[in-house]
Amino acid sequence: MSDTAEPTLRTEEMTLNMGPQHPSTHGVLRFVIRADGEVMREAVPDVGYLHRSIEKIAEKVGYHGFMPYTDRVDYVCAMFTNQGWGMACEKLAGIEVPRRGEYCRVISTEFNRIASHLLTVGLMGMDIGAMTPFLHALREREMINDLIEELCGARLTFNYMRIGGVAWDLPPGWREKALAYLDHLDPILEEYNALFSYNKICIQRLANVAPISPEEAINYNLVGPNLRACGVKWDVRKDMPYSAYSDFEFDVPIGRGEWGTLGDSMDRYMMRIYEMKESAKILRQALTRMPEGPVLAKVVRNFRPPAGECQVRVESARGDQGWYVVSDGTGYPWRVHVRTGSFAAMGIIQKLSRGLMIADLVVLIASLDVIAPEIDR
Amino acid sequence: MEPLQIYERLKGRFGERILETVEKKSDPFAVIDPAALVEICYYLREDPELAMDCLSNETGVDYKDHVEVVYHLFSYSHRHGAVLKIKLPREEPRVTTVESIWKSANWMEREIFDLVGVNFEGHSDLRRILMPEDWPGHPLRKDFVEPQEYHGISTVRESPIVRLDQHKDQHKKK
Repeated sequence: MSDTAEPTLRTEEMTLNMGPQHPSTHGVLRFVIRADGEVMREAVPDVGYLHRSIEKIAEKVGYHGFMPYTDRVDYVCAMFTNQGWGMACEKLAGIEVPRRGEYCRVISTEFNRIASHLLTVGLMGMDIGAMTPFLHALREREMINDLIEELCGARLTFNYMRIGGVAWDLPPGWREKALAYLDHLDPILEEYNALFSYNKICIQRLANVAPISPEEAINYNLVGPNLRACGVKWDVRKDMPYSAYSDFEFDVPIGRGEWGTLGDSMDRYMMRIYEMKESAKILRQALTRMPEGPVLAKVVRNFRPPAGECQVRVESARGDQGWYVVSDGTGYPWRVHVRTGSFAAMGIIQKLSRGLMIADLVVLIASLDVIAPEIDR
Repeated sequence: MEPLQIYERLKGRFGERILETVEKKSDPFAVIDPAALVEICYYLREDPELAMDCLSNETGVDYKDHVEVVYHLFSYSHRHGAVLKIKLPREEPRVTTVESIWKSANWMEREIFDLVGVNFEGHSDLRRILMPEDWPGHPLRKDFVEPQEYHGISTVRESPIVRLDQHKDQHKKK
C-alpha cells in the first residue's frame, strides 16, 4: 500500500445484470441495474423473453380455437383470461350466458383468485428468504388445484370456459367439497398471518419499501390489488358489475398504510390476504344460491360475430384485464389485444427503483405480483 | 357522462378536428385529427367535468389501407370512459406521443412501435420491447412474413401432421 492512498472511500457506479434466469424474477425477466454499492441508481427492465405473439395467433386460429391459447396469457390465473375472451366474443355477438353458467364462472374464477393469491403470498416469503411460508401456501393451493382438476380436468391451463358459458357443470358432490375447503381456509389464513404476515421480520422487511401515491398509480395505470393498495377504491366486480357479481355482497379492501406508508409493499402484500377472505365470502354465497338450468348457451360452431369492436374488462387476480377485440365479420378476429395488469406494473419499476436497495427490488417485484407470460404475451 | 356526451362536448370545443363519431358498433368511438391529439388529450385530462386521469389502454390496429391507434381513456373520479382513434398512413405512420400526459403511454407506445410499427415523436425511450432489437419488420402488420431464420436458428418446424398426410398419400399410391 502506498502512502498516497485517498483518505476517503472511493465509490464507483457498477452495472449489474439480474436475470433472466433468477429465482426471484417470477418467470424470465431481466433487469439491468446501475448501482452504487447496495443502492440502485436505476433498474431498467428488459422484457420479451416469453413473447409468443398470442395476439397474432388469435388472428390465425379463429374464435373457438383461441380459447386454449388464452390460458397461456397468464397461467397462474387462467380462468380470468378464459372469461375475458369469452365475454369479449359474447359482447360482439350479443350472446347471453345462462345464469347457472355465470355462477359456474364466478365459482371457478374466485377459486382461481384464491389459488393465485396463495402463490403470491407464498412467493413473497420465499423471495425474502423464508422457505416455510411458501410450503404452507402451496399446500393450500394444491387443494384448490385438486378441486379445479375435478371440475375441468386440468390443474394449470384450464380451458374450462367456452363462448356462451362454461364447458361442464359442477360434478356431483363437488359443492360440498368446495364448501368444506372454504371452512378449512379461514383458520388456515389466520395461521398463515400469525406465522408470516404479522411476523416482525416480514413487517420490517416490507413496510415503507417503494410506496406509490394514488395519483402516480393511476397515471401509470396500475390496476387491481396494486391500485387498491394505494387507497383507490376501484374494483371492476363492484363498480362495473359483470357476470353474476351484482348478486353478491362483498367488500373492496383498500390500503391504509397501517404498517408504514400508504401504498408500500406491505400494503400491497396484505391486499392479497384480505382479498382471499372476500373471495371466500363470494364463493359461499355463490355455492349456496346457485340456480338450476343449463351452463352453456347455444353457440354455432362456425362462430362469426358481426363486424365491430369492443373492449371488456375483467377483474383478474392481477387486476383489471382489458380485452380489445376487432371483428371484421369473418370467422377469424381481425385484431385482439389484451391489456394486462403485469405489463403496467412492470412499467413503474424503473421509476420506483431509483434510490432503492438491490435487495428491495426483489420485494418490489414480488409485491407488485408480476407474472412474466402476462407481460410478454 | 356517457361516451356520446363526451364526444359532443369535444365537438363543441374542437369543431372540425373531431373528424367523426361512430356509435353503431358496440363501443362508440371518436376519430380525431392526429395533429390535434396532444391538445385534445390534455383537455380531456384537465377539464374538471371530464378528468380522464388514466390511459387504460393504447393499441395499434393495421387495416390494410391505413393504421389506427386506439386510446381507451378512463376517469377514476367520474367513473366514465371514452375511446379515441387516430388514422395514419400505412407508410411511415407518425404521431406525437402522449407520454407527457399519461406515464402509462411509455410502455404501451413502445409495444405499438415494436409490433405495429408506429413512430411516436417525442417519446423518451422508443425501443423495441417484446421482439429482439434486430428483428426485421413488425409482426402485427397484416403483410408481415416471418423470416425463415434468426441468427442461424430456424424459425420453422416441419409439422408432424403434414408428414402423416404425405405418408397416407404414399400408402394410397401403392
